Amino acid sequence: MPVKTRQSAALERKKFFADPVMIVTIALLIVLLALFILYPLAMLLLDSVYVRNTNLVPLESVQDRTAQIPYAEDGTIRILNNKGKEAAVSLDGIDGAFGYLFAKNGRVYKEGDELKAGNVYVKVQENHLTLDAFPRIFADYTFNRAFYNTLLLGMITGFGSVIIGLLFAYVDCYVNVRSRVTRKMFDVVSMLPVVSPPFVLSLSMILLFGRGGLITRELLGIYDSDVYGLGGIAIVQILTFFPVCYMMLKGLLKNIDPSMEEAARNMGASRMKVFTTVTLPLMLPGLGNAFLVTFIESVADFANPMMIGGDYDTLATTIYLRITGGSYDTNGAAAMAVVLLGITLVLFLIQKYYLEAKTAATLTGKASRARALIDDRSVRLPLVTACSLLSAFVIMMYVAIPFGALFKLWGRDYSLSLKWFNQLFRDDGFKAFTDSFVLSLIASPITALLSMIISYLVVKKRFRAKGFIEFVSMLAMAVPGTVLGVGFIRGFANGIFRTGVMQGIYGTGVILVIVFVVRSLPVGTRSGISALRQIDKSIEESAYDLGAGSAKVFVSVTLPLIKDSFLSGLVTTFVRSITAISAIILLVTPRYLLITCRINEFAEKGAYGVACAYATILIAIVYASIVVMNFCIKHFGTSKQVRIKESE
Amino acid sequence: MTMAGKEKKGVRLEHISKIYKDPKTGKDFYAVNDVSLDIAPGSFVTLLGPSGCGKTTTLRMIAGFESPDAGEIYLGSDPINALTPNKRDTAMVFQSYALFPHYNVYDNIAYGLKLRKVPKKEMDERVARILDLVELTGMESRMTNQLSGGPQQRVALARAMVVEPGVLLFDEPLSNLDAKLRVSMRTEIRRIQQTLGITAVYVTHDQAEAMAISDNIIIMNKGVIAQMGTPEEVYYHPKSEFVADFIGEVNFLEGVVSAADGEGCVVSIQGHPVRVEKADGFAAGQACKVVLRPEAGILADSGDIPCRVVLSCFMGAYQNYHVMVGDTLVKLADYCPAGRRVYRVGETAYLSFRPGCVNML
Repeated sequence: MPVKTRQSAALERKKFFADPVMIVTIALLIVLLALFILYPLAMLLLDSVYVRNTNLVPLESVQDRTAQIPYAEDGTIRILNNKGKEAAVSLDGIDGAFGYLFAKNGRVYKEGDELKAGNVYVKVQENHLTLDAFPRIFADYTFNRAFYNTLLLGMITGFGSVIIGLLFAYVDCYVNVRSRVTRKMFDVVSMLPVVSPPFVLSLSMILLFGRGGLITRELLGIYDSDVYGLGGIAIVQILTFFPVCYMMLKGLLKNIDPSMEEAARNMGASRMKVFTTVTLPLMLPGLGNAFLVTFIESVADFANPMMIGGDYDTLATTIYLRITGGSYDTNGAAAMAVVLLGITLVLFLIQKYYLEAKTAATLTGKASRARALIDDRSVRLPLVTACSLLSAFVIMMYVAIPFGALFKLWGRDYSLSLKWFNQLFRDDGFKAFTDSFVLSLIASPITALLSMIISYLVVKKRFRAKGFIEFVSMLAMAVPGTVLGVGFIRGFANGIFRTGVMQGIYGTGVILVIVFVVRSLPVGTRSGISALRQIDKSIEESAYDLGAGSAKVFVSVTLPLIKDSFLSGLVTTFVRSITAISAIILLVTPRYLLITCRINEFAEKGAYGVACAYATILIAIVYASIVVMNFCIKHFGTSKQVRIKESE
Repeated sequence: MTMAGKEKKGVRLEHISKIYKDPKTGKDFYAVNDVSLDIAPGSFVTLLGPSGCGKTTTLRMIAGFESPDAGEIYLGSDPINALTPNKRDTAMVFQSYALFPHYNVYDNIAYGLKLRKVPKKEMDERVARILDLVELTGMESRMTNQLSGGPQQRVALARAMVVEPGVLLFDEPLSNLDAKLRVSMRTEIRRIQQTLGITAVYVTHDQAEAMAISDNIIIMNKGVIAQMGTPEEVYYHPKSEFVADFIGEVNFLEGVVSAADGEGCVVSIQGHPVRVEKADGFAAGQACKVVLRPEAGILADSGDIPCRVVLSCFMGAYQNYHVMVGDTLVKLADYCPAGRRVYRVGETAYLSFRPGCVNML
């Protein structure tokens, strides 16, 4: 019997609607994602193409109907009064419509004023869509340079990070490092930049290699060293981002089956030949992937170019300066933000939908057994030495920070004192720490829970808006903080769609928390999704089958099973939020003092001692929260149950 | 112990179809095609078939994880098509057991009872009773991953049964166990099901398991029901080559019906007439196939069909023969060969059928 109409879709719909909690959750998620991710970006886009101008039009040309304005059929035109309100005014009586008539300089003619012939104008509101802003900004020297600078920096950082990342990954997976201390050092180095506030390396770069730098001036006697500019940013960015590449590439190298390389060796290839003909080609999509990820990070980075860029402006800093500086070119700044967003978005899409799939396709197999590590001195010594030197360098950069806070006056007086810490707390330092701490603390459970719910829905449920939810929550990863910040200003400063609705959140802590959540959501969601993919779907099905609704399944089964991911989401959000700067610096108001903004302020003023004191305490907080997280995962996490099994 | 006060429910499927899209070709195909079933309350029914035959899909439709594209499913007398799995009076035992790794044995079993808001005292009693039934008393506080396969399976079984569902569903529950455990667990499942008198639908691809455990077997192939019946019926009277082949070893001998009466008929195989009992519906002159199970053939110095031995191999419980009847290879198993004549390769022997053990297609 052939089936005429398929009832399964209807039945699925019925079953779906029998679950009100899930529907409400999904609806809520869609609203939240649309409101806080899509809407600000859409407003930004709109701003870049939508022009609202008020033009002064000579009265004579209006009256003889030669002006380029829309005339209504009933003989009226829409013009603005002195309060900026638009109204329809009849053409016949227009020369008596006081309040609607202006002089060239904008002065309003009042009742009784004499209308000076040739100096009477009406104000016409002009709304139209135009792409003018784009040619304009591309013709703009500042923008042009920033655009070029950004891409060049992205390239250098991308290549540099991939190469160093590959070096570390190769040494980690292929070379017998022998010394456990060295290995431990690699671990520390790979973790440090990930957890550190974004500009710490810039700060120590200035302290160590700047004009008054400890190394350049005191050790090498160079008095005119200049770290500001491309070189400085590139070094700092590479040191910040290469650990990401290292971790990504390490994952890939672990998946290469050693027998492939052994087969090549066996057929007579040298180690170098094996690397160039087997390992490298297999890694190629993965390297591309790592390159793009770093490129996006570099392009989106705000703090480092801000601090150490000097006059090397990137898009992110240029946009910031446009917004905060005197020339309030909304249209232009919006267009720049759109260009920056365009770059990251395109790269993100290539990375996520093309390279990631390709990487997975070339390296699917698991390594069948452990790889025989290279013990050859001629390979081991140079590689391990290179890695060790780099690690030592990074560690030195971090060590410089607390000393920057402890030395009396960097560059002059290297005696220890607590005066910078004292100044910090005498100032409003304490408020900065509580504000940052509290706001981040509020954001982290919200983000962790939201991302777990999103991952649950994406991995375990079937419904129509699923693709939308997944895409939008991942999209935030591709949006540079500066762009998001501008979007939030444009979207919420005058309320939603300039109606004043929700205007109340602008300038408050609420909007800061929302930005924290949006910025960390993709990270949490990604970790949640990969954790959930590993859980047999029948575990949840059996709970469902035994009578639990979706909400109950999530709370009693799913969440406990991905507790680790939830906990790390909590801490990751906290860490990312408390160290965030790019979007926040555009949205923060004097009501809230945030540590990162304070560091930026002091560093800009050249008050490196206080900046270092802030940074030192911040690093301590971040480190402490990670220690707490690891403790929690160890003692309350899901892995505890797994460990019981292992110990038997 | 039986399910006191609880009405046993049957399951009825009326013209159920399920269409899937083939992920490779993008074409639609019937995973389940117009399947109708009536499972009596309290009976144990097995859905048996090769992988991809639609048996698991059928089971998942009964549980509510999949929605049928056509037809209606009844539990007792209620249509349940539009009910979500948590609103259906079914409980499933999963292939992977799907135990909650973050709960101990007690909490795993009590999960469904908690959802049904059973008072604590009654819950304790019911869990204790079911633990006794699956012989896991004393294991309440163990974490499930501290148990090995067999006990995990029992916990899964207990967790499904303790809620006293209208129907118990099994999705290849024994396929992750080793061979020996599989045999003892299937006896166990059968014992417990009969103790409780619960309706059970059981999916497996293992025909021995199906025969050992079921009141009725439903053999599925390519989304349709190939045959239903008791284990004896499907074994001795398969209605198609597929069924005959799927259930146990089988030989097909081609022949022509030379005479037929109400009781049986005479078939001429390679010119040698053989009498087959209980084969009606055949007329003289019709081509047919005789379905011969290896143990239903007898080799002797005299008999119906002459054949040549091409393989003779001692297997312990039986002597395994391959013989050629004309150009057809026939596999035979001669049980308890001790004390009887054993034919060697190259010898000629005569093949006869055990009365009542042979079927015709």
